Amino acid sequence: MPHSFTSRSILAALTALTAVAASTAVPVLAQTSATDEIAKYRQMLAEGNPAELWEARGEDLWKKKAGPKNVSLEQCDLGKGPGVVKGAYAELPRYFKDTNKVMDLEQRLIQCRTTLQGLSYAEAVKTPFGSAGNPSIIEGLVAYIAGESRGMKMAASASHPAEKRAYEIGKQMFYFRGGSHDFACATCHSASGQRIRLQQLPNLLDKKDAQMTYATWPAYRVSQGEVRTMQHRLNDCYRQQRFPEPVYASDSLTALTMYLAKNAEGAVYDGPALKR
Amino acid sequence: MTIPLLLLTAVLIAGCATVVADTDYGKVALDMMKADFKSKGPASAERVFQQDEIEKSCSDTSQAIAPAVSSRLEAAQLASVVYPSDGKYLGDWKAGEVIAQNGRGLQSSDPVGSVNGGNCYACHQMTKAEISFGNIGPSLYNYGKLRGQSEPIVKYTWTKLYNAQAYHACSNMPRFGHKGILTQAQLKDVMALLLDPASPVNQ
Repeated sequence: MPHSFTSRSILAALTALTAVAASTAVPVLAQTSATDEIAKYRQMLAEGNPAELWEARGEDLWKKKAGPKNVSLEQCDLGKGPGVVKGAYAELPRYFKDTNKVMDLEQRLIQCRTTLQGLSYAEAVKTPFGSAGNPSIIEGLVAYIAGESRGMKMAASASHPAEKRAYEIGKQMFYFRGGSHDFACATCHSASGQRIRLQQLPNLLDKKDAQMTYATWPAYRVSQGEVRTMQHRLNDCYRQQRFPEPVYASDSLTALTMYLAKNAEGAVYDGPALKR
Repeated sequence: MTIPLLLLTAVLIAGCATVVADTDYGKVALDMMKADFKSKGPASAERVFQQDEIEKSCSDTSQAIAPAVSSRLEAAQLASVVYPSDGKYLGDWKAGEVIAQNGRGLQSSDPVGSVNGGNCYACHQMTKAEISFGNIGPSLYNYGKLRGQSEPIVKYTWTKLYNAQAYHACSNMPRFGHKGILTQAQLKDVMALLLDPASPVNQ
């Protein structure tokens, strides 16, 4: 594997970044330069994104016999037919006839792991989000499958009534205000050029912003040292939104993902990317 | 000819009725979220899914809120603002700065009963020293220096912090007093941060 850097070098680079941000006196300049530095840093690591390690691990997991039935996932139908991984992620979420519902990648993986490999539902959703010493099978598989759509156009369909319905539900969720702070997704993500502190916020109603954001998840999070999935991204948004915790792989999150996927339609998939 | 047409119409109407019921996506989304989101820590499901009038009106995806509705909502919110019982509006700006910096509290990851922050810097520029500030809200740098401390200004500022919806229905700003995010004492400290001439906001 062509990985020449360590998490220590990432830390060093981050520390340098923080120093740059902290030592600049003029606020506007500081923000511009911090943003530039982050862009440079991303560029620097683009050739050695640790997500590749997850992709490689995921490919092994995909092909390895596992579960009570001791079979691999190679016959899993991700929407383009059994065993087709290439380009499958770019068309998710989608309607699946066998389950009669719209599923995102993570729900579909549960389906394949329970039906093909014979895992129980509880086993198939175990450790959706890994940590040091406790790697997630799901994050590995997701990184591999998503990586197999790199360079392809994101094309979630809304032609099936169930897909259209998921989109409409997701849209409602995007605007739903509630909780202690009256926040909705839209509070932070429906205008361009906005920031929380120095963190830029994508305007998910803007085609370009939505594309740049959606087409780079899942992603390796430098701050967490893990590849995180869309479910994790949305979970963390809802946490900051002061909402309760969404159940992993719930239909609500698939609906919201469908809304985001449609807003990002046409983007060239460029993940799993590297993020803060 | 007429009878089949009538029949067809009847079928269409019946069909539409089902579709209409099934396409109240706001309700469908709410029911789905109620089933899929679980209370955790201070972030309770009831608090989120029992929307009040403001939250409900401001979640509408289809159109901008009508001016008449805005005025009515604002008036109702204004009427519910609670002012300091002792008539004192300004606390300690140093404590206010700590509150402005603190972004914790009421998240599913926060302990129940922990001290909540105001997280003002997330959205506003406040002081010259803090360069890490957001821009969802306007800059508040020199807030008090520019406005002074007259009674109307003091009361306006309190109301804005207590319930931003009283002046601007569907504002993005949390209702810090109305929703019990900050205590009355904390609100006074943030008031001082904004209005005290000694506060770094006014340097």
